[in-house]
Amino acid sequence: MTGTTRDVSRRGFLGQIFSAGAFVVAAPLVTKLGAQPDGTSGDAKTWQPNVYLGIEPDGTVKIVAHRSEMGTGCRTGLPMIVADELEADWARVQVIQAPGDAKYGSQDTDGSCSVRDFYDALRAAGASARTALENAAAAKWGVPVEECAGQNHFVVHAKSGRKLAYGELVATASAGAAPTQNGIRFKTPSQFRYIGKDMAIVDLDGLVTGTATFGIDARMPGMVYASIERPPVMGGALKTCDDAAAKQVKGVRQVVMLDLAKPPYGFQALGGAAVIADNSWAALQGRKKLKVEWDLGEHASYDSAAYRKTLLETARQPGRVARETGNVDAEFAKGGKIVEASYYTPMLAHVPMEPPAAVAEFKDGKVTAWAATQNPQAVQDTVAKALGIRKDDVLCNVTLLGGGFGRKSKPDYVAEAALLSKQVGKPVKIVWSREDDIRFDYFHSPAALYIKAAVDEKGHPSAWLQRSVFPPIGMLFNANEQYGGGQLGMGWTDIPYVIPNLRVENGPAKAHVRIGWLRSVSNIYHAFGVQTFTDELAAAAGRDRVEYLLELIGQPRIIDLSKEGLKQGGPNNPKYPFDTARLRNVIEVAAQQSGWANQKAAPGHALGIAVHRSFLTYVAAVVEVEVHNGDIRIPRVDVVVDAGRVINPDRVKAQFEGAAVFGTSIALMGEITAANGQIQQTNFNRYPVARMNEAPLETRVHIVESDAAPAGVGEPGVPPIAPAICNAVFAATGKRIRELPIKRQLS
Amino acid sequence: MIQLTVNGKAIRFEGDPEMPLLWYLRDDLDLTGTKFGCGMGLCGACTVHVNGEAARSCLTTMQSAAGKTITTIEGLAGHGSSQGEHPLRKAWKACNVPQCGYCQSGQIMQAAAMLKIKPKPTDREIDDQMQGNICRCGTYQRIRQAIKMAAGVKA
Repeated sequence: MTGTTRDVSRRGFLGQIFSAGAFVVAAPLVTKLGAQPDGTSGDAKTWQPNVYLGIEPDGTVKIVAHRSEMGTGCRTGLPMIVADELEADWARVQVIQAPGDAKYGSQDTDGSCSVRDFYDALRAAGASARTALENAAAAKWGVPVEECAGQNHFVVHAKSGRKLAYGELVATASAGAAPTQNGIRFKTPSQFRYIGKDMAIVDLDGLVTGTATFGIDARMPGMVYASIERPPVMGGALKTCDDAAAKQVKGVRQVVMLDLAKPPYGFQALGGAAVIADNSWAALQGRKKLKVEWDLGEHASYDSAAYRKTLLETARQPGRVARETGNVDAEFAKGGKIVEASYYTPMLAHVPMEPPAAVAEFKDGKVTAWAATQNPQAVQDTVAKALGIRKDDVLCNVTLLGGGFGRKSKPDYVAEAALLSKQVGKPVKIVWSREDDIRFDYFHSPAALYIKAAVDEKGHPSAWLQRSVFPPIGMLFNANEQYGGGQLGMGWTDIPYVIPNLRVENGPAKAHVRIGWLRSVSNIYHAFGVQTFTDELAAAAGRDRVEYLLELIGQPRIIDLSKEGLKQGGPNNPKYPFDTARLRNVIEVAAQQSGWANQKAAPGHALGIAVHRSFLTYVAAVVEVEVHNGDIRIPRVDVVVDAGRVINPDRVKAQFEGAAVFGTSIALMGEITAANGQIQQTNFNRYPVARMNEAPLETRVHIVESDAAPAGVGEPGVPPIAPAICNAVFAATGKRIRELPIKRQLS
Repeated sequence: MIQLTVNGKAIRFEGDPEMPLLWYLRDDLDLTGTKFGCGMGLCGACTVHVNGEAARSCLTTMQSAAGKTITTIEGLAGHGSSQGEHPLRKAWKACNVPQCGYCQSGQIMQAAAMLKIKPKPTDREIDDQMQGNICRCGTYQRIRQAIKMAAGVKA
């Protein structure tokens, strides 16, 4: 697509992808999600599974990918599900990226839910189309439909040896009655052709030849480039702006002002002074010449070092109780052995390799955008609100994303492009430098944790109190929010141990920067606290870590927090009970695969383990570390994953390989700080992420074979890595890491 | 006026001589395979070949590119030519290296330049040559695997 114009008209989207004669699996086919492949009844109101595919008379199958591709492989995996039930020949499948449109259901590509939320629906879409083709063939041949079967792009009548290509059946299928919900014939898992097989991603060629289109590559005819000077402190107000020098820069066309955002900040464009230019370089150069003075406002006092102290102190004070069983205080008062510790994890930035990127045009009251976005419907909402137009008048086309990690589900940057286009009367491409990306991120919150346990003579906790304190994501939508809400379900209230007296608390924290979700969100610090503390208890008791972990988890059982009146972490879905047998299993397999029992301890060289369930997936990690003169090397990581049924095992492995690197960055070097309300890191020199020589040399991913409902894959690999690394460091050196990043703590 | 060769084509440039080659390639020539990542030579996403050697195009001014021969990912030998697919591209595909893929142009260009001077690289040499290229998705172990495959050294 490089070099072409990417302005598809909204109304024409379906018309442009399908020819007039195509059999489009259209609305009447399945009006709502009825019977599902597993025999349960579906959620009738969510959306219609009929908008995802069509078949051309020449046999080309076009499958609409409605979720965003940022590296997880969902643009391949989701169409695999449709193609499998359809019995399509993969070589004849074209994947079409959907623009934002509520008819596809949620397109918010985060929360590790693309497969788990759409597996049944996409199977239904593929199977209903195949059923219609089988019905069409049966009618043509005058034979019972039970004798006809879709097979690799043909309907075959085995008895007579006849077969008809899908393309030949398009006209008949289009004219025929649509299969009823209960008339859809699903495949059995043993008949799966693609699901569960390693498949190359559909964009592979474009990615190795440099021809794939990311948001930063998108172009519109006549577009100009914009770079924005934003308030350096959240809530800062513009005092003066002298743009005389900026306008002198060759290629700069004009400087325009954008209204400043008001709390709660949500996904609003931050506002500021925008330099409009003929190319990216001129825009960036002009921006440097702006002389802007700010009234920094109330958050100018934000200092992350002082804030850290406050969080740690708050974590030592009683907070709001989020879960309670037994009587923790009575047990603590008995005067037995007490173990307690505080933990701290800093702010983090997402730093996707492609900074936020979009181009947008406002014309005739409507907006067309091309954006690297995880959530095109949020683009529609945000842009519509910013410009005072209807959501339906915002067309958001979705490019490939050069990484997302949660940053690109907040479409402030697309709103910037649209607002500027309205002002300058041309399509505007917004240019975010790396400095912009880091300074104006939606940061992963800093967090302080406090955990206290009373332990019996065997070293088992008889009482356990844990408190977490962090500025919540809720601040985006309610400026005064200070409590964690749903974030407490991420590895905190759902602690899976058998402890007779347990209290889980959350303390208040006021945000001074925009807080947002980052790959695996609160699971990062919650898993760090719980899994490190567990290792501390095991160490205090002189116990083998694997045995001790298994003892704390206890006998296999289903954890049902709803019985305690609590929301289960993640969606409250009966298909995904928290099954500690699966949690135990990943630990046992990880111990086996890593050679845990036979490890040879040597000074500076050891294994560490951590386990965590998040996004409905069970993950254990054993990390091998070598510590030498304060430097940490990670020769090997063994990760065991039980994510239920997996669609594309190679991509699942890739996600967990990548998560081990992402977790390594968090453990070893990730830290955003602020002084006078301003972020102090600006680029990869001061905000380093793991490079090849720092990343684990080898990550072995072991996928537990399972026919359980598919669970999350993109995020759950991250949380166990940092605690496993730190536990290994303790085993290797005796140095307990209670604060991230490790950085220079070992030298 | 500055003259240079980009992917075999002679080019004349009359704009700002201080403009980095990166933006010229992307904005003017629409060769968008070369990616912006940091603007400071810290991440390697913008790696191209200047007279056959790996260079960060975000730090290479048009002035300093004068008279040079530039190769971008789009022009890497093998693509769309009769020379067959570049061995690194083949290996990258065989190992399913890319996740998001954004950094991979730079990774491949860096690896291609390395193999010219280190045709049979060791793990250590791969680390030394490739550590300037960040992959936030964390595809490093497959990058290493693919380089070894292309070089014909044991994994």
